[in-house]
Amino acid sequence: MTTAPTTTDPAGPVVRIAGLRKAFGEREVLTGIDLEVRAGEVVCVIGPSGSGKSTLLRCANLLEEPTGGEVEVLGVDVTDPDVDIDRVRTHVGMVFQQFNLFAHKTVLENCTMAQRQVLKRSRAEAERIARANLERVGLADRADAHPAQLSGGQQQRVAIARALSMDPQLMLFDEPTSALDPELVGDVLGVMRDLADGGMTMIVVTHEMAFARDVGDRVVFMDGGVIVEDGPADQVIGAPREARTRTFLQRVLDPTHTGAA
Amino acid sequence: MTTTSSAPAPGTLPASRRRWSPRKRARAFRLAQYALLVVAVVAVALAIDWENVGTNFFNTDAIAAIAPQLPRAFLNTITYTAAGFAVGLSLGTALALMRMSSVALYRWIAVVYIEFFRGIPALLVVISFGYAVPIAFGVNIPSVTTKAALALGLVSAAYIAETLRAGLQAVPKGQVEAARSLGMSHGRTLRQVVIPQAFRIVLPPMTNEVILLTKDTSLVFLLGLAVSQYDLTKIGRDALNSAQGGLTPLFLIGACYLLITLPLGQLARYLEKRTGARSRS
Repeated sequence: MTTAPTTTDPAGPVVRIAGLRKAFGEREVLTGIDLEVRAGEVVCVIGPSGSGKSTLLRCANLLEEPTGGEVEVLGVDVTDPDVDIDRVRTHVGMVFQQFNLFAHKTVLENCTMAQRQVLKRSRAEAERIARANLERVGLADRADAHPAQLSGGQQQRVAIARALSMDPQLMLFDEPTSALDPELVGDVLGVMRDLADGGMTMIVVTHEMAFARDVGDRVVFMDGGVIVEDGPADQVIGAPREARTRTFLQRVLDPTHTGAA
Repeated sequence: MTTTSSAPAPGTLPASRRRWSPRKRARAFRLAQYALLVVAVVAVALAIDWENVGTNFFNTDAIAAIAPQLPRAFLNTITYTAAGFAVGLSLGTALALMRMSSVALYRWIAVVYIEFFRGIPALLVVISFGYAVPIAFGVNIPSVTTKAALALGLVSAAYIAETLRAGLQAVPKGQVEAARSLGMSHGRTLRQVVIPQAFRIVLPPMTNEVILLTKDTSLVFLLGLAVSQYDLTKIGRDALNSAQGGLTPLFLIGACYLLITLPLGQLARYLEKRTGARSRS
């Protein structure tokens, strides 16, 4: 019944953003973003807080309505008012900084609710898929727990399993480890790394430079609402071309060092 | 020594200026409260004329006189409450949604309604339904229960609307975003994610609304009641006028109201515990 919006051309981009602008009232957060993400690519977006990284990500599934420009996801122009955005979102997984698990549902129910309601899967099938994905994130034994009984890292892995249960063609991660205690970050990043290795198309807003460098195919550095630098992960983090990228990376990689100036 | 005495040695605190430590003071204060309570109870007990209290407040003849009417009145009070709450909850839900509507006109209507009915005494509304509405609209609502439900419901809807709105808005925005990002529609998100969580939040204030409504049913006598339609307060007032035994009927009626409201509070606590223990985050 719901035919998945497929990328007609396998070589064509999963996400194509052109001239994207977003303002909150008077405040311009994004001032002309161009970005393409191809199938299977892992793009990490880095940059100082307030640079518009999260807003960019949230424009991709229309949690924020762009003020201008084009946003094409899975071959659908999501800014077109005639587009059924729910249909696009069904195939685009999103993981939030604050996990946002449904507090009144068990782990398993979190993973089956949208499967049953949106994809109209049977209970048995939805549970089978949910359990498989919980297994994948290492939490098969917590299926009957409630979110409040889990650690932050476990909650975030459930959130990933919940998104994966919808068989997404694109995953958006909005600072998935920023709210976690340092010792729990590794588990979540490990799951994301496995996902990337499995060929998932991902856009990851992150402050984890090591992850961006190791797992990202491309790294995009944003500052002040524009993309300052966009290139292969090793190059952008290892040998940035732009001065602003260098300054940012120096601050992040050595917080006690206030920069060259 | 040339240094002043106020300068402490390194690694030590300056000398305390307090005579009593904070914990010692807290204990003394607690003891004082107990003492005050004992004095107050003794004073009241001595001041009461126990013999008069017995004949006036717990008069067995008066109890016997009013007892046959009690079950009927008890039931009527519950009926008026339930009917009023049904109207109040339906209308209140509609108003709460209107209050949060993206259509400005709906928001204004809801605000005006809420401010109006919250601001005037329920007594006025009940009188209106007894006299003004039949005149103004040329309709005479035959059923007292319907009249009571509408009058009380219109008033409580204003309070319920605000309670519901607060509850719905207290559900974190991230819950909605998570549901929407999974492809769930606005309506589905509301029904499956927001309302179940708001329910737990509104349970305690909603219990208050029902208890207030229970007590407001004492106003339905203003609609003009047949004997079989008397509520608790009405039979209490009548008994007060006719029988001897002083204030005994009032005591009895008060106890009947508590018989309704106390289990309500208990029920709310039970529901809250059952839904809250697992979903707290």
